[in-house]
Amino acid sequence: MNRKNTLKTVFSYLKPYRVYLLCSLFLTLITVALTLMVPILTGKAVDRILGAGAVDFGGVIRILLYIGGAVAITSVCQWLMSLCNNRMTYGMVRDIRRDAFGRLRVLPLKYLDSHPIGDLVSRVITDVDTLADGLLMGFTQLFTGVVTILGTLVIMLVLDYRIALVVVFVTPVSLFVASFIAKRTHSFFSAQATTRGEQTALIDEMIGQQKIVRAFSYESRAKERFEDVNERLRATSLKAIFYSSLVNPCTRFVNSLVYAAVGLVGALSVISGGLTVGLLSGFLSYANQYTKPFNEISGVVTELQNALACAARVFALIEEKGEPEDPVVDRIPEQVDGDVSLHNVCFSYDPAKKLIEDLSLTVTPGQRIAIVGPTGCGKTTVINLLMRFYDPDSGSVRVENVDIRDMSRHSLRKHYGMVLQETWLKSGTVRDNIVMGKPDATDEEVIAAAKASHAHSFIKRLPEGYNTKIGEDGGGLSQGQKQLLCITRVMLCLPPMLILDEATSSIDTRTEHRIQRAFAKMMQGRTSFIVAHRLSTIREADVILVMKDGHVVEQGSHEMLLAKRGFYFELYNSQFAH
Amino acid sequence: MKKLLIYLKPYRKEAILAPLFKMFEAILELLVPLVMAAIIDVGIPEGDNAFVWRMIGVLVLLGAVGLAAAMTAQYFSAKAAVGFAAGVRNALFSHLQSLSYKEIDRLGTSTMITRMTGDVNLLQTGVNLTLRLLLRSPFVVVGAMIMAFVVDPVSALIFVAVIPLLCFVVWLIMRITLPKYKGVQQRVDGVVLKTRENLSGVRVIRAFNKEEAEQREFGEKNEELTRFQCFVGRISALMNPLTYVIVNLGIVALIYVGALRVDGGLITQGMVVALINYMSQILVELVKFANLVVTVTKALAGAKRVSDVFALSSSQTSGDRTEGEGGDEILRFEEVGIRYYSDADPALSQISFTVKQGQTVGILGGTGSGKSTLVNLIPRFYDATEGTVFYRGADIRSYDAECLRSRMGIVPQKAVLFRGTVRENLKWGREDASDEDLWEALRIAQGEAFVRDKALGLDEPVEQNGRNFSGGQRQRLTVARALVRRPEILILDDSASALDYATEAALRNGLKNLPFECTTFIVSQRASSVRHADLIIVLEDGCAVGMGTHEELITSCEVYREIYYSQFEKEDASV
Repeated sequence: MNRKNTLKTVFSYLKPYRVYLLCSLFLTLITVALTLMVPILTGKAVDRILGAGAVDFGGVIRILLYIGGAVAITSVCQWLMSLCNNRMTYGMVRDIRRDAFGRLRVLPLKYLDSHPIGDLVSRVITDVDTLADGLLMGFTQLFTGVVTILGTLVIMLVLDYRIALVVVFVTPVSLFVASFIAKRTHSFFSAQATTRGEQTALIDEMIGQQKIVRAFSYESRAKERFEDVNERLRATSLKAIFYSSLVNPCTRFVNSLVYAAVGLVGALSVISGGLTVGLLSGFLSYANQYTKPFNEISGVVTELQNALACAARVFALIEEKGEPEDPVVDRIPEQVDGDVSLHNVCFSYDPAKKLIEDLSLTVTPGQRIAIVGPTGCGKTTVINLLMRFYDPDSGSVRVENVDIRDMSRHSLRKHYGMVLQETWLKSGTVRDNIVMGKPDATDEEVIAAAKASHAHSFIKRLPEGYNTKIGEDGGGLSQGQKQLLCITRVMLCLPPMLILDEATSSIDTRTEHRIQRAFAKMMQGRTSFIVAHRLSTIREADVILVMKDGHVVEQGSHEMLLAKRGFYFELYNSQFAH
Repeated sequence: MKKLLIYLKPYRKEAILAPLFKMFEAILELLVPLVMAAIIDVGIPEGDNAFVWRMIGVLVLLGAVGLAAAMTAQYFSAKAAVGFAAGVRNALFSHLQSLSYKEIDRLGTSTMITRMTGDVNLLQTGVNLTLRLLLRSPFVVVGAMIMAFVVDPVSALIFVAVIPLLCFVVWLIMRITLPKYKGVQQRVDGVVLKTRENLSGVRVIRAFNKEEAEQREFGEKNEELTRFQCFVGRISALMNPLTYVIVNLGIVALIYVGALRVDGGLITQGMVVALINYMSQILVELVKFANLVVTVTKALAGAKRVSDVFALSSSQTSGDRTEGEGGDEILRFEEVGIRYYSDADPALSQISFTVKQGQTVGILGGTGSGKSTLVNLIPRFYDATEGTVFYRGADIRSYDAECLRSRMGIVPQKAVLFRGTVRENLKWGREDASDEDLWEALRIAQGEAFVRDKALGLDEPVEQNGRNFSGGQRQRLTVARALVRRPEILILDDSASALDYATEAALRNGLKNLPFECTTFIVSQRASSVRHADLIIVLEDGCAVGMGTHEELITSCEVYREIYYSQFEKEDASV
């Protein structure tokens, strides 16, 4: 997304807040105008204090009252302006975040699977935050800065064009100096970033895997490597920090040059009679503050560039193409009994690497399909196609002889119950997790489902039973308990078709036994697809899909496949016959 | 915090000079209004152009010297801050390396990494800004007041009133808002949690058609965050207007008092202008100071967290024994028990057994039964809290820990590889291993074929966490890494879980016929993995419920039987 489009999108998000924007602009004008008035008023007051016995008290007091009034109005306006800016920024950010999150629910899994979670989270959170910071700074300082610069110029030109010219010509030097330094330091900063990245990677490995480091007595070498990169980081950081910290003293120096120049020209014109002392002091305070908006604006510009870069990342997510729309007419089969068929399905994640080729399969209601094969052979791909997490490249998947692309995803998925190997639980109570598929379930139904899946006994023992809060990703529960909750979840709604991943590696045998019984109960009379690891499941299956390297190499019943003496025979012998 | 300051010690000179140069610069700045006052009071009334030129020359000189002073100060403070941070990082890294597993577990990896990166960076910024501003800002504020006294003691009393009032306002607003930022952070965390959860659980959420409900929940959290941000913003937005009002009222007061004093002939017009200038300088410095306080508060919080890590000390001490007694007994557990926390249930209790050189020991049990805990006691990753572990006849705690570990090959549950090449990873086992040694280890670990298939063979690059290898390949590489060492004791902690049964069987076969004598511990949940061991220890809830060979256990141990038959149907068991 190029910068112009990004800006356009930012403005479209700004639209609902345009009233705030207008208020903010209006208040800025008042604030700046009054702020600029104060030095002039101060100067006028000073001009009425000429010397002993030459003080115009009436005039001074009148002017002081003006100053008081101006200051009071300014501060109120300033505060209101901040409120407008806050409301506008945080509101926009909320909207952007909402849309970004909303996008996550329609993006195809292909996109989500290929982007690390950390990256997507950082777009929704960190990038949006940076955008907020940039916008807030932009709103508050950019307007104020620009208006202040213009206002100051106009006033100075009106009051005394000679001094104004001095200021106009000397001030840009400070900008020039600042950008000169910034350009030079950029390379130091990127060197620092590279070294820092290198160091973080090393820390990540050596501290993250500290136990291995310890087991292989690698400590001293790890330390050597760390000290080496640390020393390099020290050297690059010193350069980056030192050179970048020169910006302030240098611009301050330019500023003092402006101050001196104004003082010189001003004093000389006072002597020659073109200017009063009070006006000179007013000019001097302008000269003092004049570089401030310039510096602020250059800061804001950097910040805004950064914010736009982040915005582009968020908008790229928001504008990422979603899944194909659900069909307008949702062809819901009249009754779903569990008749599933695959017709000449071809599919691959990566066009260069063929995965599933010409797979056909007919499943009648109540049948059990076992999918077996070595680790990483693509068993989950079949599940992805059945649930329509992915669409086949060609061919079709049908339920009750209706192409699943002709139904809405909701009506398709409603008929499936799914228990995956990665047991996912949301943060919330145990009950919240169980009722996911049937939010209006009564307590009795929930308990009945938990009893059926043998989860009731452990839930009962939790500190607050069904209302026990569980942390992110089921924190606090064992793998087996999480699995049982996932099964209970399906047990509660009991759809006509099931997809089960017989995850076993991290569960102890006895829990596994219980889970096994729960599975068995659930599968009664339902069409089930099982990624199978256990011999008993496989043998009882009506159809076994044997997969290898992404292909379905064999298909048939246990006896049939054994008789064939092919890949299944080999697999069976190595796995189960010791 | 105090303890961290020792890392600033090597930079004592810089740390003292930097603020001094900053103060010098500030003094020069404070002189500027005086010079201007002289121009107004002397140069202008007398119409002395030469005097004006001279004074302007002084101003430029003040600026130039100030620039030089500031640059020097920036250099010293950058050097001190960066050096300090590097020192803290080195010390922290060494310290973390010295902690025992117990402390590592308590800290957690992500905490350790943030301490070393984010928190130390906060410290660096904190030190840098402190050296630059902590003395300068108060000095300018106090200095401006002192100069005001020099100019006119009566008008200076206005400064005495304004400065505390300003400080109070700044303090009050920060006092209210700083803790509130924590509240903002908490709400951000809530939004992060929801987003992360939705991504990791996308399949389940879609399978249960919960997309809308999730979006609603996110909306609530998002709304709450926005409300809180606006609330905090409203308070902190008071800072600028309030300080502006106070300083300008101070100026109004100065002009009025000044008018009276000038009228009485006590001070001059130029002095009034100088006083106004000093008042304005205070405002600028105070704003800088407020920002500094925010940074320093953050840095102090970081310092506290880093100090807490330094305060942890290793709970293990190492002996100096390098050789054991003779005999063929290599390992003996006597009534060994361990609790990870003093108030927790024991993770292991009352474990006793003896292992002879060259034997194979299988450890079988469910998740959480204490299998890993048991083998972690052998390389002394943890110490037993009850009973004693003997290695070659002597208490394992009397050995030099590094020497002890160098004799053991450990294959952890999680297959971890490091960035580099396959060769570099395997050489973790033994630095001077030859290529033949590496290939031999790979052969036994069933990894030869896939490494040979790689274009670069042993020089094939390994990405971080070895993510360019499959789970099964990683496991085989970690087994090879342990074998390269030709260990006396080989510990396989459930390290074949990602292998299919055929490969696992081949690996088991390879381990049975090692070209060197080795005592092997195999931890597993699969009965088939341990069934041929010389000794099988069956664990349940940290207790040994059975010990013996397969034939003994199948008749005597109920739990073993149950595990065994759950994995092999009765009729298959005879095969």
